[in-house]
Formats: sequence, structure tokens, C-alpha cells
Amino acid sequence: MIAAATVGGILLATVTLYGILGGADFGGGLWDLLAGGDRRGHAPRQLIDESITPVWEANHVWLVFALVIFWTAFPVAFASVMTAAALPLWLAVGGIVLRGAGFAFRKEVSGLGLQRAFGAVFAFSSLLTPFFMGTVIGAVAAGQIPADASHASLAAWTNPTSLLIGFLFVGACGYLAAVYLIGEAARRGDRRLQGYFTRRAQAAGAATGALSLATLLELHAPAPALQHNLTGRALPLVILAGLTGLTVLALLAAGRPRGIRVLAALGVAAVVWGWGVAQYPALLPGTAVTLSNAGAPHSTLVALVVLFAAVVVLIGPSFGLLFALHGRQLLQGGEGLTAPAGGRAGAGSPARPRRSSGQPGRASRVVAIGLIAAGAVARARARGGRNR
Amino acid sequence: MHSATAAMLTATRVSGEVVPARAQMAATLGFHIILACLGIALPTIVLIAEFIGLRRPDQVAMVLARRWSQAMGVLVAVGAVTGTVLSFEMGLLWPGLMRKYGAVLGLPFGVEGLFFFLEAIFTAIYLYGWRRLGGWAHWWTGVPIALSGIFGAMSVIAVNAWMNQPGGFTVSHGRIVAVDPWQVFFNHAAIYEMPHMILAAYMVSGFTVAGVYAAGILRGRRDRYHYTGFALGFVPAAILTPFQIFVGDTAARAIAHDQPVKFASMEYVERTSSHVPEWLAGVYANGHIYAGLKIPDFDSLLVGFSPGTKVIGWDTVPAAERPPVVWLIHLCFDAMVGIGFLLLLAGLWALWGWWRHRALPRQRLFWLLGAVSGLAAIVAMEAGWVVTEVGRQPWVVYRLQTTTQAATTNGGVITSLSIVIVLYAVLGIATVLILRALARRWRRGGVPETGVPYGPQPEIPDAGGTRAGRART
Repeated sequence: MIAAATVGGILLATVTLYGILGGADFGGGLWDLLAGGDRRGHAPRQLIDESITPVWEANHVWLVFALVIFWTAFPVAFASVMTAAALPLWLAVGGIVLRGAGFAFRKEVSGLGLQRAFGAVFAFSSLLTPFFMGTVIGAVAAGQIPADASHASLAAWTNPTSLLIGFLFVGACGYLAAVYLIGEAARRGDRRLQGYFTRRAQAAGAATGALSLATLLELHAPAPALQHNLTGRALPLVILAGLTGLTVLALLAAGRPRGIRVLAALGVAAVVWGWGVAQYPALLPGTAVTLSNAGAPHSTLVALVVLFAAVVVLIGPSFGLLFALHGRQLLQGGEGLTAPAGGRAGAGSPARPRRSSGQPGRASRVVAIGLIAAGAVARARARGGRNR
Repeated sequence: MHSATAAMLTATRVSGEVVPARAQMAATLGFHIILACLGIALPTIVLIAEFIGLRRPDQVAMVLARRWSQAMGVLVAVGAVTGTVLSFEMGLLWPGLMRKYGAVLGLPFGVEGLFFFLEAIFTAIYLYGWRRLGGWAHWWTGVPIALSGIFGAMSVIAVNAWMNQPGGFTVSHGRIVAVDPWQVFFNHAAIYEMPHMILAAYMVSGFTVAGVYAAGILRGRRDRYHYTGFALGFVPAAILTPFQIFVGDTAARAIAHDQPVKFASMEYVERTSSHVPEWLAGVYANGHIYAGLKIPDFDSLLVGFSPGTKVIGWDTVPAAERPPVVWLIHLCFDAMVGIGFLLLLAGLWALWGWWRHRALPRQRLFWLLGAVSGLAAIVAMEAGWVVTEVGRQPWVVYRLQTTTQAATTNGGVITSLSIVIVLYAVLGIATVLILRALARRWRRGGVPETGVPYGPQPEIPDAGGTRAGRART
């Protein structure tokens, strides 16, 4: 039981990390979609492209890892979700393929027409993928997934709660991306783009907050227990989410963007964990499936805990390195060659003026380390919750 | 795509959603496996090129390493998303398998996730670090990619091997109550499947790289750049080919023992007997083998080093437990082995040329062989997967769960299959076209290669000044 709860915490931690890292990459696609025509949208699109390029694949792995943990630790529930919510999952998968391929291809094609076409594929699928993923989470939260589904259900994910959570996902992705992009623009010393994404962060933040509140109220009919717990034992997390959102909006209004990235990520993490804490110990609400009775054999769960510890030890510093290098603008459009490449890497191209500022690099490292710490604390919490 | 048709042909006997589900799995896996091979082994080839470029120092090898990195960027992205599709399909197409055995076969997948992380992170650092990370520091950031490629491959192959030789778990009252991760990972089939597939990945990548430059040489681009590009791919792949043949031979003998019905289908062994002949090619239908070349006693000889060795035939199991369309399994097996020896021949030819003249052979035939070697290696690898996957049918987990039991009970797989085929066809064509466009741009030279999405005019990213600043015009 302790093992099952711990692995449940690990699953939620990977979902959180996917949300605040991978989610922002989808959000980037959303802002790309809304950036307007070629000329008007050029500068924001370029900033989005440069910010996402080196990191999106690594961020994407959190999704794969979450899937693997889900099916290994809770195989029966996994099979049920995959069966009942098959349609939105297929649509999300399609979106993932189109997003990744569109994004990678856009860079390598020459000619505005092709770039536009692949860019549109990338941007539209960035909008659709989080929406459909949100509806699946919504279906779980609203208790629409039966204990052992044998057929796909349309109603499971087209009810108001699921749709609201789908929109909430899109909003949260856009909010995170806009907030992160303010930092990227600031690092490049581009005040115009900083203002551009500040306005978008404010709009997305307000929309996300409103959608969160609407979802909380909507849960009353389909998932009264969840709503009760969200205003009960998970209330601190709900308040935390609200406070971080308001603080970010206040800081943006005051024009002091320092620290907003960590706050925004924390806010989204608080929403995810609020859901997890409120739903605990149910795995599929509305059924008898809980973390403990759906769990794999103890030896599998222990192996997963060991594996996650290895991931924290090995992947944490690696992500730290990636984000630090990216933060110092050491990773960019680098593979393209300029005329004859020098014998030494990097010697062939006249280096662009290095806008060095250690600050943002440190900030991203703080985020990475903070997340890992949050995961550890969360697991400890889950364990503590168990013993009660 | 290749194995999609294969699975569709073989699946006709089974009813329900399992038919399109198998076809879809075959199509998506058959597509992804090519990119997976390149993901596992291409980084090593790029690192070899960069190593030579730094060590000698060799400008040409350095240019090749940088250009291959750019191609790798495209391939890694497509590989990452098509790999994700497979993760989802494990649940969307095979919920029965996951429900029952997810807790067992999930563990190697989890280990793979760890290495996928390392691969993705260091690939990003390596690919985008060319400009700002200098020399050897940059080279070292590529080493974790090569290593995690190998370990990640081992993990995924462990799952497939486990499906062939399941073990490492305890069942009580129909539920799995204990799992031994070590035994799951290093199951009996893993010992030969892991080296076989990792070597295959290196051969596919090496010969594919070599094939690109051999084609250029055939078109008259006989310069040091093309010869270097050819050699950097061809030499490692050709060196590994004899080892692959040895591993493959060992694997076949192990399969004769572990999965005799699969082996019987590979070699057309109808009845258990000694003095079993080896059939080269030939189509099995209605109890007859048409257009095959028969070598008496040779199969027995291969299995047990003696003509008197008894080989188990498919008559040992009822018809319902035999794989469908044995001719496909047999022909794929023969194709794989035949191509293996053809590639060995190409390597020996090059070796002979080097020994006699200190140069690669001049004969046009050698370069034709080189030009098709990549495609041939891919065909052999796909054929091998058809053998192991179709040969295991009707089981998904050998002798424990049938593919039909594993398949989704949802309708509409035909729809997703059709969409997948169209989408992947477009994806495959686009990938190839983009790589070709890259090559054309490289040949023209001088054109800035960091694309500016939606740029009103092509920008020269290295001209100095802030991009964002200039974009404001």
C-alpha cells in the first residue's frame, strides 16, 4: 500500500513535470498559431522557435515515462482508460506526431510556402493535443472511466467537466509558455517582445484562472467527492495555485518579471497536486479502483521506485545541464554550417554577440532542482498520508 | 510499411479487431524501427567522424559530422514522435496484453525511459552545441547519446524477447503476484535478441550512410568528401557484418530449441524428423514446396552439426497454434540471411581491394552494391522482424496469451489504421524529401541553413546584430 501510494506520487510527479515543461512547448505552438501574418508574427515566432528547439524532445520524454509508469504500476486501470478514452487519445497521438514532425520539418525546408504549411501543422496540433489530453484527465477526474472498460465511450470525455479541463489544459499551456517567453525575451534584451508576451501571459493567466474556478464549480454534479476534497484537504494547494497566479499577474502588472517562471510553474504544479491529493486514494473515481487495489505486485512497485530514484539522480543533473546551457544561449541553431566549417567546432562561424547573463540560466536550474525537490517532498507526503 | 502488408496478409485468418490492430502495429513499428536503428547507431558514426575531424584534424570529416548532425536532428524528431505512437498503441491496441502483463513487461520499458531521457537531453546538447561548445567538450557530449542508444535498445528488445520467452513472474489464482525484474530483463531470448538487433541497428545506419555517398560516387562525384562519407559508414558496418552472421546463426539454433514451431516455419519442417533438408527460397502451399532449392540434410546439420539431428516440426502442435502463412516467414528468413551474406561479400570485396591496392575497389559493381547496401540492410532488418513477430503467432506472449486475447475490443481500428497509413506515408516521404533538400543545399553551399520560420526574407543568422532587432523592420 505504501509502495502503491509512492508510485502514485511518482506518476503524479512525472505528469507535473510533463505539464510544466512539455505543456509550455505546446503553449509555444499556441502563441505561434496566434502570432498573425508572416511579417507581424516573425519576431515572436522566432523567439518561440529558438526557445523550444533544443528542449522539446527532452521535455516530451516525461509523457512517455508517465505512460510507462501508469501501465506498469496500474495495468488494469491503464487498460481501462486506454479503452474508454480511446478516441481523444488517438487524436492526441495524432497531434503529437504532427506537432513534432511539423516543428522539425519547418526548420529544414526552404521557401515561405512550405514553412507556412509545416508551421500551421505544428501550431494547430499544439492547440489540439493538450485539449484532448485534458479531456482524458477530465474523464478520469469526473469518474467517467469504468473499472474495466471494454468499449470506447464518447460521453466519457465530451461531458462539460472533461471539456472544461480540456480548455483548462490549453489555457495553462499558453500561460506557462507566455510567462517563460517573457524571460526569454528579457534575456535577449528585447523589450518589445517582453511586452508582447506580458500581455499574452496576463490574458492567458486570467483565462486559466477563470477556467480553474469554473471547473471547480462544475465538479459539483459529476464528482462531488473530488470537489469536497478540493475545498477540504487539498485546499492549501488550491489556495497556493490561486496565490501564485495572482502574484504572477501582479508582478506582470508592475513590470517586475523576476521569478515569475518559478511561480507560474509552481502554480500549475499546485493544481496537478491538488487534483491528486483530492482524488486520493481513488485511481478511477466513481469505481472501486484505488491506488492500492489496482497496483502491480509489490516487487514491480519497488522496482519502479528504484527506477525513479535513478531517473532523479541521472536525469535531474542532465536536465540542469541542458537548461543551463540553453539559458546561457550556448545551444542554438548550431548544427547549420556556415561555409567551410572550421577544424574546431565553433571556430568556423563568427560568434554572435554573446548576451551573457547568468541569471536566467540559474533560474532554469532552480526550476529543475525545485521540481525534483517538489517530487521528493510529494512522495514523502504521499507516504505520510499513507500512515495516517 | 513493408511489414504492414506482411501482417495484413498473415492476419487474414484471424477475425475481429485483431487483424487491423496487427496491421497497424506492424505499420507503425516497421516505420519506427528504421528511425530507431538510426537513433541507436547514427550518433556513433557521427562521433567517429567528429573524432577523426578533431584528432587529425580532418576538415572533411568535420564537415560530414556537422552535416550528419543536422540530418540527425530531423530523424531524431520523427523517431521521437513515432516512438511515442507505439507507447500509446501498447494500450490503445493491446489493452488485453497490458492488463494482464503490464506489471511485468513495463519494467524494461521503464528502464528504456531512463535511457530515452539521457538520449534526448544529450542529443539536444550535441546537436545545438556545435557552435558554442568547443572541440572535445562537444565531442564528449555525444558519448552519452551513443551509450544510451545501446542501453535503451537493450531495454526495448528485452520486452520483445520476454514475449518470446516469458518468465520472471509468479502467478497465483490468475493474478501476477510477484515479479523478478532481473529475470524479466535478462530472459532467455534476450541473450541473442539484444546483440542481434543492436548489430542490425549499426549495420542499417552504417550501410545507409555508405549508400548515400556510394550513390553520389556513381553519379560521378568522385571526391574526397564522398569517399570519406562512404568509408565512415561502410567500414564499421562491414566490420560488424561477420559478427552479425555468427549471432544470427546462434539465435536460429536457440529458436530451434526455444520456439520449435517458429523455427519449423522458418525452415519448412513439416514433420519432426532427422535428416531434415534445408530449403532455399520456395513457396509452401497445400503441403508442397514450389520453386525451392533443396539441400539434403543441411538443416539438421545447421541445428545440431550432424545430419542425424532431429528437428522438431510444426506437426507437434495443433493447427490453431501454428503461425499463419509459413511461406512468408520462410521467405523473410531467407531474405534476411541472403542479404546478410551479400553485405558480407561487399565487405570482403573492399577488404581485398584495400589489401591489394590500398584503395577501395574501382569496379562499378562494387559501388552499385554499396549504393543499395543501406536499403538492403533495412529490408533484412524488417524481414527479421517479420520472422520473429509472425513466427510467434498466434501468441503475443509465447504460449501464455494469444494476440486475439490481447487486442482491443473497441471497433474502428480500420479507421485508425487507414489514417496511420496515410499519415506515415506522408511523414516518410516528407522526411526523405527534406533530407534530399538538405543535401542539395549542402552541395550548393553558402546558403544559410538555419531556417527562419516565416521569415519575410532569408536572413543571415551569423551576420551579427540581434535577430530580433533586425526582424523589427
